Amino acid sequence: MRGREAREQAERKAVMATLAQSAGDDIVRLWDEAGLPCEAELLRGPETGLVTVRGRIGGGGAPFNVGEATVTRATVRLASGHVGHCYALGRDKQKARLAAIADALWQDPAHRNEVEIRIVAPLQAALAKAREQRRAETAATKVDFFTMVRGED
Amino acid sequence: MDIAAQSIEGGFADPVFNAQTVFRAVMDAMARPGSVQPLPALAHPPAPLSATAGAVALALCDNDTPLWLDPALQVSAVKSWLGFHTGAPLANTPADAHFALIATPAEMMALDGFSQGTQDYPDRSTTLILEVGDLISGAALLLEGPGIEKTATIAPAQMPRHFVEQWKQNNQRFPRGVDIILATFDAIACLPRTTRIKMMEA
Amino acid sequence: MYVAVKGGETAIRNAHKLLADRRRGDRSVPALRLDQIVEQLALGVDRVMSEGSLYDRELAALAIVQARGDMIEAIFLVRAYRTTLPRFGYTRAIDTGTMLVERRVSATYKDLPGGQLLGPTFDYTHRLLDPELAAGGDVAEPEQRAGEAEAMPRVSAILAREGLIEPDGDMPGDHVPGDITREPLEFPMARDIRLQALSRGDEGFLLALGYSTQRGYARNHPFVGEVRIGEVELELDVPELPFAVPLGSIRVTECQMVNQFKGSAKAPPQFTRGYGLVFGQSERKAMAMALCDRALRASELGEDVIAAAQDEEFVISHSDNVQATGFVEHLKLPHYVDFQAELDLVRRIRTEHDARENAGKDEEKRQAAE
Repeated sequence: MRGREAREQAERKAVMATLAQSAGDDIVRLWDEAGLPCEAELLRGPETGLVTVRGRIGGGGAPFNVGEATVTRATVRLASGHVGHCYALGRDKQKARLAAIADALWQDPAHRNEVEIRIVAPLQAALAKAREQRRAETAATKVDFFTMVRGED
Repeated sequence: MDIAAQSIEGGFADPVFNAQTVFRAVMDAMARPGSVQPLPALAHPPAPLSATAGAVALALCDNDTPLWLDPALQVSAVKSWLGFHTGAPLANTPADAHFALIATPAEMMALDGFSQGTQDYPDRSTTLILEVGDLISGAALLLEGPGIEKTATIAPAQMPRHFVEQWKQNNQRFPRGVDIILATFDAIACLPRTTRIKMMEA
Repeated sequence: MYVAVKGGETAIRNAHKLLADRRRGDRSVPALRLDQIVEQLALGVDRVMSEGSLYDRELAALAIVQARGDMIEAIFLVRAYRTTLPRFGYTRAIDTGTMLVERRVSATYKDLPGGQLLGPTFDYTHRLLDPELAAGGDVAEPEQRAGEAEAMPRVSAILAREGLIEPDGDMPGDHVPGDITREPLEFPMARDIRLQALSRGDEGFLLALGYSTQRGYARNHPFVGEVRIGEVELELDVPELPFAVPLGSIRVTECQMVNQFKGSAKAPPQFTRGYGLVFGQSERKAMAMALCDRALRASELGEDVIAAAQDEEFVISHSDNVQATGFVEHLKLPHYVDFQAELDLVRRIRTEHDARENAGKDEEKRQAAE
């Protein structure tokens, strides 16, 4: 039982991560194509604020504050009673609202599959592709050292 | 699910204007100690947190203001409601709190247990928000000091024990010392640290 | 007496209108769009984000346009804007070890795990102006190299295995990271607060100080253990969710500076470290920050404080370019009354001085005559 709950939380977090990483325009486009409901009661926001980004001294030591970043958040409730949240970097309020609705719909067994297949999977594929491309472009600048033989025989 | 639902409902319907309304009332009440500022029920927190005290908390508290709750308010619905709507962390001790919410002032700990601020930063003391039944049925307090032309009188019900004596000590710590917001079900009044309680009538 | 002088409203209004006109410039030239600045002046945007201490590319781009490219003015605009926003909280500390790396080099190890990745660098360019860029020609797609992703541990982890390098900087267990946006500066300050101040410090100022340490003012034999640039994920703990909520990714630059250290009464001979971490791709800034961080640890490591870069109060009090520009630039604002008072004072002193001179001359004459 506890294991199932933990797994479900991890899955929900992954969905929220995908939505937060994706561009607002992509979410809107997929939403329109999927024809998912976009009515929900706004319980909070969408509102923009700051988070203070923390790093660690030396990379792994004690935390310190580096600076701030803009974040937009929203909390919605569906007619079904499911409550969804979104926190995402940037100031895109429409994205925050839709992502919160997606989070709420995902918790509703009647809609989870649809959200997974029509929204999350395509976003995830696009993110993975962009990530892989960036990695491959960086990998092309990797230095291959050759050992030079100096002098004759 | 119930607690989750309770914790996200009952915030300000119009966050900016509602917060401004409450802030205005608190500011006027602080500027004119003893004056009673009516406040409509703009927030609907879970019991036992009152609508007025809840609205004051929503207007004043945020992520940077550790909040202390008295034992009566140590209810998970109240904690998660305040957490969701204000983001304020719960203070470990009363001395760490920027604000304290007190549902049963008659049983509360001594005023000097809260942060009194420092000589350099007297603004860092705790602001106490006391839920009181009304401002007329308790022992009458005759008030004097900045913001009061001659004298003002309020008679808050269910005040802390030995309040007049404790307040005198609070005055003596000036510029350090706590400030108090008294919240009834539909109004607030304030006792800033500069206000002196002259005498108490039966 | 203080005399308030009112006036100049029309002049100010017209000056601002003129500013708007000059900012736009020749109307036959297309206006800049923010996305052009974000994409094509990315490192300028990164500087404004790091010293403005606010990660938001579009806002930084807007600030650059509004400031007509004056970077410190743009940083000022960003700092002013951030004060209007509520704060939702502090993120969990980022893990640069799991970064999606876009550049990573080490000057201390040739064959470190994950390798040396040059990334989009100016290094090894010839610094010749490129007429083709002026002509606006097409740019080829970059090369790609397939292969498995390799783990890239921080270089500090590699040196640590030999025990010859100090560990990552620690604080007492109950230490809450200080925040200069909430508490006034107090000296001496803990290293975490110093790093926050350095991270938003002026690149030019920190660069000059870092350079001064290399030239012998607080020499500390630095090597770049590692510079890495790339994206890291942010997570925030919020009361309404039972897990840390993912916010997305930001690009940061991290520099691990490694310094030879002969040892002192307080620490054995070993390699010590300076650390730099800044928003965006800002390699020079991260390196300068790491040099300053190390220099400022002089007292902690039992070194003599002999140079400017080691003087915490000097470095931290003057590293913020918004404060610096505010105080320097305010000198041009009306000081009519101050100056009038000083004028009166100097006139009076001069009169007294002249009187003394004349009295002295009269005395000389009188003595000569006798």
